Amino acid sequence: MVTGHAIMLFARIVTAVRGQWDGVEPIPKQRVYFANHVSHADFVLIWTTLPARLRQRTRPVAGADYWLSTPLKQFIGVEVFRSVLIARKPTLASNLASPAPDVIADANANANANANSNENTDAKKEAIELMSQALSQGDSLILFPEGTRNITDAPLLPFKSGLYHLAQANPGVQLVPVWIDNLHRVLPKGEIIPVPLACTVTYGKPIGVHANESKDAFIARAETALKETSQQKIAANA
Amino acid sequence: MNTPVAELFTLLVGVGIILLVATGIGQWLAAKHTGPNTSPVVDNLNARIAAWWAMVVLLGLAFLFGKAGVIILFGICSFAALREFVTLTQTERADHWALVASFYIVLPIQYGLIWYQWYGLYSIFIPVYAFLLLPIAAAMRAQTDQFLVRVAETQWALMITVFCASHVPALLNLNIPGYEGRHVLLIAYLVVVVQLSDVFQYVWGKLIGRTKIAPSLSPSKTVEGAIGGILSATLVGTGLFWMTPFTWYESAFLSLVITLMGFLGGLVLSAIKRDRGVKDWGHLIAGHGGFIDRMDSVLFSAPVFFHLVRFGWDISP
Repeated sequence: MVTGHAIMLFARIVTAVRGQWDGVEPIPKQRVYFANHVSHADFVLIWTTLPARLRQRTRPVAGADYWLSTPLKQFIGVEVFRSVLIARKPTLASNLASPAPDVIADANANANANANSNENTDAKKEAIELMSQALSQGDSLILFPEGTRNITDAPLLPFKSGLYHLAQANPGVQLVPVWIDNLHRVLPKGEIIPVPLACTVTYGKPIGVHANESKDAFIARAETALKETSQQKIAANA
Repeated sequence: MNTPVAELFTLLVGVGIILLVATGIGQWLAAKHTGPNTSPVVDNLNARIAAWWAMVVLLGLAFLFGKAGVIILFGICSFAALREFVTLTQTERADHWALVASFYIVLPIQYGLIWYQWYGLYSIFIPVYAFLLLPIAAAMRAQTDQFLVRVAETQWALMITVFCASHVPALLNLNIPGYEGRHVLLIAYLVVVVQLSDVFQYVWGKLIGRTKIAPSLSPSKTVEGAIGGILSATLVGTGLFWMTPFTWYESAFLSLVITLMGFLGGLVLSAIKRDRGVKDWGHLIAGHGGFIDRMDSVLFSAPVFFHLVRFGWDISP
């Protein structure tokens, strides 16, 4: 609780972050917020701009390989932000849904032992199951469908398919595109000290998966929705 | 030390009454313009009034804590203003060190020098040393795209948001015979006169403003508003001579200078905003009005006021 607020205060000092609710209202509805990914602090900005009662029911989906790599990251990722940790590479056991520190230690051991034996598709299924489990508990999710941090000049990397499978498995959940602006300038890749710059988080118009919609069509639509949200941000300032 | 409690109290009561009246009018207008006839002008007015309240409370608190309070307050203002300014620049990855140094080294050193009253160094630290050293830091990254633009923007950001702003607390360092311990009144005088000028320009402009002064820079500024505002604020400044070391006509002259500088500073910073608005939407700060919007006139008038007073009234060798 205290750590979470300290992190959010720090984020506010550095980025003076402002949430812009262009396409949806900040109301307690179950949602998957899917955002562009440029920094490990992305979900902190989303968290900071969510009203407290929404924040308490919203969990970021994050890569287990990064957030379990040191005790500090584990504390922040698991205890403070209640992340849903998923395996990006074919690793990890499934008992991380409601993580406790000893469980994670086991999971780590399992993950390392099984690192090479798990199949990619299994890991994917497992990830979708973990996320669906969190949704079935009534929580909302923060998801970065690019799968990894975008350090290129392109605004977005091609989305992974996870968002599609998640949407199909949970048809009642709103999918809200979220554009995080300027954070890549605050902390460019390879730098340690953040430069204070104003950032905005824009919440766009929600989308859903259509009946019989193909994976590629949906992914294309989701990418467009997020790009449009970034355009809305620009128009709002014009 | 004879703290100027009586004068500050008088000033505070005066400002408080003005703000109460303004708040009353603002709320009355807001009540009239609810629902379908919501007026952006009224919303804007009420946002300004709220900002003035915050300003008065923060300055009052800072004065309570004396020199340390004032230096910390303006240090924080500089930080927020620099953050806004750099957001609008075209700086990129190669400027990271220069920007890190601006925020975490140059800014604290400048305010530290003000604290230690080292006039000889705080007057040239940013114009000379930051000016020479930051481009070196940027050049080390060997990224030449837009190099001159980027280093110039960084220097400009520091000059406006740190160097100029730091001349407000620097007023505390002046050595004026017979005025010992009352320097915070000079800060109150500068801020009140310059801010009132903004207020009066706004009010006169809304009442009788017809002729636009610089439509391409700032569509809301009018000749009538500017002249009316500057003259009214100068008049008030003249009447505030009792809290300064000046005679009434000296006070009139200084008020005229700082309100003029404040007005022109507002135009310059509008020009920068317009430029960035057209060229580079992506870097704009969301929403209207930030720290710089509220501080622009003080930023431009503070160094001039400081030097005029130092030249005319200070007895340091």
